[in-house]
Amino acid sequence: MNALKKLFGGNTRQFGMIFALVALIVFFEIFTEGRTLTSGNVINLFNGNSYILILAIGMVLVIIAGHIDLSVGSVAAFVGVCVALFIRDWGLPWYIGVLMGLGLGILIGAWQGFWVAYVGIPAFIVTLAGMLIFRGANQLVGKSNTIPVPTDFQYLGSGYLPEIGPKTGYNNLTLILGLLGVAFVIFSEIRSRRNAKALGAEVPEVWVSVLKLVLVCGAILYATYLFATGRPGTSFPIPGLILAVLILIYGFISSKTVIGRHIYAVGGNRHAAELSGVQSKKVNFLVMMNMSLLAGLAGMIFVGRSTASGPFDGVGWELDAIAAVFIGGAAVTGGVGTVIGSIIGGLVMAVLNNGLQLLGVGADLTQIIKGLVLLIAVAFDVYNKSQGKRSIIGMLMKNFGRSSEIKADETTQTKEVISRGI
Amino acid sequence: MTSLNTHSDPLILEMRSITKEFPGVKALADVSLRVKAGEIHAICGENGAGKSTLMKVLSGVYPYGTYTGDIVYQNEVQEFKDIRASEHAGIVIIHQELALIPELSIMENIFLGNEPTKRGVIDWTEARKRSIELLARVGLREDPDTPIKEIGVGKQQLVEIAKALNKSVKLLILDEPTAALNESDSQHLLDLMLGLKGRGITSIIISHKLNEIEQIADEITIIRDGKSIETLNVKADGVDEDRIIKGMVGRTLESRFPDHEPKIGDVLFEVKNWNVGHPQIQDRLVCKNSSFFVRRGEIVGFAGLMGAGRTELARSVFGRSYGRFISGHVYKDGKELQLKNVRQAIDAGLGYVTEDRKSLGLNLLDDIKATTVSANLRKISKHFVVDTNKEYMVAEEYRKSLRTKTPSVEEGVAKLSGGNQQKVVLAKWMFTDPDVLILDEPTRGIDVGAKYEIYGIIQNLANQGKAVIVISSELPELLGLSDRIYTIFEGAITGVLNKDEASQESLMKLMTSARKTASPSETIQN
Repeated sequence: MNALKKLFGGNTRQFGMIFALVALIVFFEIFTEGRTLTSGNVINLFNGNSYILILAIGMVLVIIAGHIDLSVGSVAAFVGVCVALFIRDWGLPWYIGVLMGLGLGILIGAWQGFWVAYVGIPAFIVTLAGMLIFRGANQLVGKSNTIPVPTDFQYLGSGYLPEIGPKTGYNNLTLILGLLGVAFVIFSEIRSRRNAKALGAEVPEVWVSVLKLVLVCGAILYATYLFATGRPGTSFPIPGLILAVLILIYGFISSKTVIGRHIYAVGGNRHAAELSGVQSKKVNFLVMMNMSLLAGLAGMIFVGRSTASGPFDGVGWELDAIAAVFIGGAAVTGGVGTVIGSIIGGLVMAVLNNGLQLLGVGADLTQIIKGLVLLIAVAFDVYNKSQGKRSIIGMLMKNFGRSSEIKADETTQTKEVISRGI
Repeated sequence: MTSLNTHSDPLILEMRSITKEFPGVKALADVSLRVKAGEIHAICGENGAGKSTLMKVLSGVYPYGTYTGDIVYQNEVQEFKDIRASEHAGIVIIHQELALIPELSIMENIFLGNEPTKRGVIDWTEARKRSIELLARVGLREDPDTPIKEIGVGKQQLVEIAKALNKSVKLLILDEPTAALNESDSQHLLDLMLGLKGRGITSIIISHKLNEIEQIADEITIIRDGKSIETLNVKADGVDEDRIIKGMVGRTLESRFPDHEPKIGDVLFEVKNWNVGHPQIQDRLVCKNSSFFVRRGEIVGFAGLMGAGRTELARSVFGRSYGRFISGHVYKDGKELQLKNVRQAIDAGLGYVTEDRKSLGLNLLDDIKATTVSANLRKISKHFVVDTNKEYMVAEEYRKSLRTKTPSVEEGVAKLSGGNQQKVVLAKWMFTDPDVLILDEPTRGIDVGAKYEIYGIIQNLANQGKAVIVISSELPELLGLSDRIYTIFEGAITGVLNKDEASQESLMKLMTSARKTASPSETIQN
């Protein structure tokens, strides 16, 4: 259990969320009579949610640092319309348009980061203002019109990995990607076991590692199979690829780098972080700037997918992204959360949306259900924390794998340590 | 009051064989407490011994049914289901962390949750009248309309007592009431407790300051490892501090300070003519032309009353992390340093262990290993990527060398006791390998045994040739630990005494009077 927990950041809620996600998928697979896990539907699910998941990556960092960003939908829409205009009116090639869009995202982020970090205005206020400002700016520069983007640019939001190499009946690039994923997972597990052994820390039993690898690799391979066998012309979607790269980069940054540590430190206890030499203003600035950069990227992907920029792009995205982050185990007070957890939280919402749609449930009821899921997921966690108990899933898993009870050694008086914690 | 007739005094409270279990641990095992009406009863024990748990059982924080045993209060078995129920019976607990709302006025705080009403509307005329009476009873001369945040901790404590008096308290419980107070405020509070005793109010006091307990308590119950060990009658048993410590730790401590033979070298760190302004208030100086120096291998104490400017001085030197810098010079090894932020200060070889562990020193969400390396991530990083193996090894090393009690370095720091948390904080600063280490109240809220260990660590650091500065409100601690002691009064350094010429009296005199600023640089040469 420790090993599985560790893979997902050791947070009970995230851990539970993975099971919830699997349960949801199984549930919908049964009740939609197999229409959930089809190539077409899975590809669709990724295409339709990648921009929210990208926002969730930025949002979790903002929330870990103890802030919030309400402006992401408006920023995405503003960047989207600007890029569409650059390409149409100035005749720029699509890739220059994308670069300018990213640059614009950084500028907007610097603007918001300045107010939050250096002037000290709460991010809630700064980004509430940003939400109004950039929504208005989107409609002002676009004259509230729809602005089409060229086909090249659409590739960003609705393209697929191309067919290359010998005819195998599958999409070859997708297969390679899947195998790389499997290799990466196996390699990192072996490395982490070796490290733990070298340090004399807890090493999970071999069968736990093997079971974990079988489960994770099985899931990756099954997904690869689904993506590689879509109808002709489809395969692993480009937005999904961008998302995967971003998850790797930001997952690494948040857990392994100095700046990542600093984000957690500032969110956990700003004063303590400052007195340890962390430059909290810089951290806050970067986190806010990064959020707008990713919002710009999400906006461009959405424009590419919908083939045109419009005045109501991105309405309500901020709430979807924030919901994903909190379902994924982040704390409102900051200092807690993981990138992978937020992605899982976002997928829970996406699968729920998709499955209910397939079942023919109306948008009204879908919203009510999504709202309740958010509330229950967080309430469950809050309740468990206040009781000092493990989650239901945690308790079910108690005898699975390694027990997480602490053992005393000669320098340790566990009883005392525990009693002092109370 | 006299010891002769104490045995005939009726009991106001008897807690009979209280047992309280938490999942996996017995916090209290068969604890008994007998408190006589009208006395001051102290409860002593090391951190984690179960004092606070016992008081939470008594006050209904842990409701009836979650513990076993009986609470007999005023000759009746009580079944408190929450704090309101115990308050209704006249038992009021004042926690170490005060339950006051900073933005509200003294009067509003006194009546919070207990507002006098007339037909559902708060009767402020009545409230004012009563609050003036109550403030007079606790000896606090403040306008009832003053916001709580504008008065000091000592006065806030008095407001808490006024609030308790308003609830017609019969049994007042004070958990570490003087931990955050300076000597004169503490004394005022202790006098007030004696005054309340004169009016028939029974008090239970939990405190680590044994000299205060010796001074005011009639009886002392000692708790160790969740068990009540003994109850001592202060006068009849001739109890002194050493006797209490013996009960608390279960053995006699040979000495409260480890032996230490200082090896003092040349001047390593020097601050000259340091002036710092108050962060909010213009024209107000928190440090006035302060100059001091520390030699290699020397432990230098800073004595001063609360609010004298000790912490402000330390933090402003430590990368200007407090106040508005006005003027002054910092030298290390004779070279002047420009320290504009904390990062630069750490890089220049300074370390500062904060006075308030929980709010300034630790990220309570972190585990031990992340905390240990948090001030020197660079040392275990390559190209900005943290090497988590090294992190683990470093944390393990400090866990062993400082003998931190924890199941593993992956444990959260929030779960540790005060003493072990302080060891983790010390490890964090030792890992930055500072030449100059400033420790602000290094043993506050730490029990006797752990204090001894912390002193040993501090002396070791000095022996390695570091310059160590210790700021403390406990004069015996400064006298036992320091080679030299500076005194601060109202932001200015008023004197410096060598170990052999310093005493509580001589320090107190310097700490409470403005003098011509001593000029320590003249004494360097000898």
